[in-house]
Amino acid sequence: MAPQGSDIAINGQPPYLTADIESAPGVLVISGDWTIETLKDADLLVTSFLESNKGASYLDLSGLSLLDTSGAWVIIRLMRALAIPLTDETPIRPDHRSLFEAVAETNNTPPEQNRTSSPVINALEKTGEDVVEIYSDIKILAHLMGGVMASLFTSLIHPRRLRLTSIVHHVEQVGVKAIPIVAIMSFLVGAIVAQQGAFQLRKFGAHTLVIDLVGILVLREVGILLTAILVAGRSGSAFTAEIGSMKMREEVDAMRVMGLNIIEVLIAPRVIALIIALPLLGIVADISALAGGSMLLWIYSDITPASYINWLREAVAVNTFMVGIIKAPFMALIIALISCSEGLQVGGSAESLGRRTTAAVVKSIFLMVLVDGVFAIFFAAVGY
Amino acid sequence: MTDIIQPQASVQTHPSRESGTNTPPPLLKVMDLTVGFDEDNILENLQLEVQTGEILGIVGASGTGKSVLLRSILGLIPKRSGRFVIFGHDMEQLSARDRLKVERRLGVLFQHGALFSSLTVLENIQVPMREYLSLPKRLMNELALSKIELVGLHPDAAHKYPSELSGGMIKRAALARALALDPHLVFLDEPTSGLDPISAEEFDDLISTLRDTLGLTVFMVTHDLDSLSQACDRIAVLADRRVLATGSMHELQGNSHPWIKRYFTGKRAVRQWDKS
Repeated sequence: MAPQGSDIAINGQPPYLTADIESAPGVLVISGDWTIETLKDADLLVTSFLESNKGASYLDLSGLSLLDTSGAWVIIRLMRALAIPLTDETPIRPDHRSLFEAVAETNNTPPEQNRTSSPVINALEKTGEDVVEIYSDIKILAHLMGGVMASLFTSLIHPRRLRLTSIVHHVEQVGVKAIPIVAIMSFLVGAIVAQQGAFQLRKFGAHTLVIDLVGILVLREVGILLTAILVAGRSGSAFTAEIGSMKMREEVDAMRVMGLNIIEVLIAPRVIALIIALPLLGIVADISALAGGSMLLWIYSDITPASYINWLREAVAVNTFMVGIIKAPFMALIIALISCSEGLQVGGSAESLGRRTTAAVVKSIFLMVLVDGVFAIFFAAVGY
Repeated sequence: MTDIIQPQASVQTHPSRESGTNTPPPLLKVMDLTVGFDEDNILENLQLEVQTGEILGIVGASGTGKSVLLRSILGLIPKRSGRFVIFGHDMEQLSARDRLKVERRLGVLFQHGALFSSLTVLENIQVPMREYLSLPKRLMNELALSKIELVGLHPDAAHKYPSELSGGMIKRAALARALALDPHLVFLDEPTSGLDPISAEEFDDLISTLRDTLGLTVFMVTHDLDSLSQACDRIAVLADRRVLATGSMHELQGNSHPWIKRYFTGKRAVRQWDKS
């Protein structure tokens, strides 16, 4: 019951539960305020009365002053425990009666509880779910991969089907706009590698080998791997969020209904753009990392940029550079396909968008490192 | 032997809603409210009163500031000038603690429900209880389930997530959350928009029933002529930055202002008229 007028419960009275055993045995008098404000005390009163096992057969509710649904429920809990129904004879104010009758109809049947099972069963269930998810991930990736290939072949025959505007837009987003951050990060990494190498190799008197170290490490592995990780965090997550929120707002469904091919419109331009952009970003990263190493060695080891470049030409060849850059399109494919597939799997809730975005970044970085390792083994075996 | 606590003899008698002789003070009073963005005032010197126990409908063309009015009463939009007197308390003169106490007595149903998508219906209803009251878990579960049934949902909906509910169920669950702390004044923002006519009618009935049984006072922004004619006791028309007219549907049909005339005597409204 809402209070009348301005008597908002800034000041109220406490709830009372009285059983006068001597003068009126079996009569339980409930009075005072039974509202959400006083609910904690009211619940304690009811619980302690029930625990004392005094019992009662008759309720007097006419003294209730303020009452709301929460307070009514606590009284109904008491009535149910004592098996006293609300009858026409129960003394109660008429407006409170209608409130009581409404609340009394609730909480009669407990809802279906989610079954709780043992931790072992839960762990097994989770493992099974994960395996099924990996299987369905592979299926979706294969589907997208095939779809992208098919749309590429179609565009060979009908060049106008290739969404050139969209590809250029995405190349700008994932490539051109990423150049500053990629360059700065690679510059610092090159400098850090050179600095570590300079100090450690000096102990062996082999400090000139640091240029070999920087050149080979940066060109073969670090430059491209770090760039790919940065792009996965920067653009992969953006792909998932873009496609995911389009999915949430039914834009993807609208496209399907209009007969647009989702893979052709949404996925292929992103995949192609990233395959174009990532190798180029890799080259930027390589150059700035080498520049970073050069600057550091000039300061710490007095190696002038000119002699640095001369030594570098001895240390690395075109194949060192190619080993790194050849991996870039594969990594681009991994990032684009995984983040688009996660985006398409976003469900209805904001939480699922967040979960899918995280999954896209984590999965693509993990797979990239894995693929990087496979490439390392392969190049070692063929002696390239 | 008298145990537990001595009863207090004082039993207040409250004026009932129907006694029209001396009208109780309004539950909500908006005085000289001015709200604006940049250079424009959306609302200017707006006056409005909501009486205890009534269902007040707010109508107005799109962009006349119905939602702005609602949101500024709730404190979501800053006002330029004006005063709100809620439950007889001037909100600006209250201490922060007392203001919170008053604000806890307000419930809001947002247009799209605004249920937290990561929580089940039961947990959604318990959010305000957890925040403000330290109640045992058992009691919170019972209260939340009781609210779920009060708004006409099946108890099995308790453990469902908002994404698993239909549009009508979301509105009901959101109403249950709005009722969690037993508010005295409930704000509804287009409660029946997006519902099919049957669900919308059920929702109108639900609001009337809850008003009668729980003694709620309802402030409802709506475009639904069915809601206006069936649920609302009084309608306030917002236009020209102020409340242009208030009254029952019948009274407003006689109003001569062109927009009100078109709204309440248009084809859709006349069909309502024929029905009632």
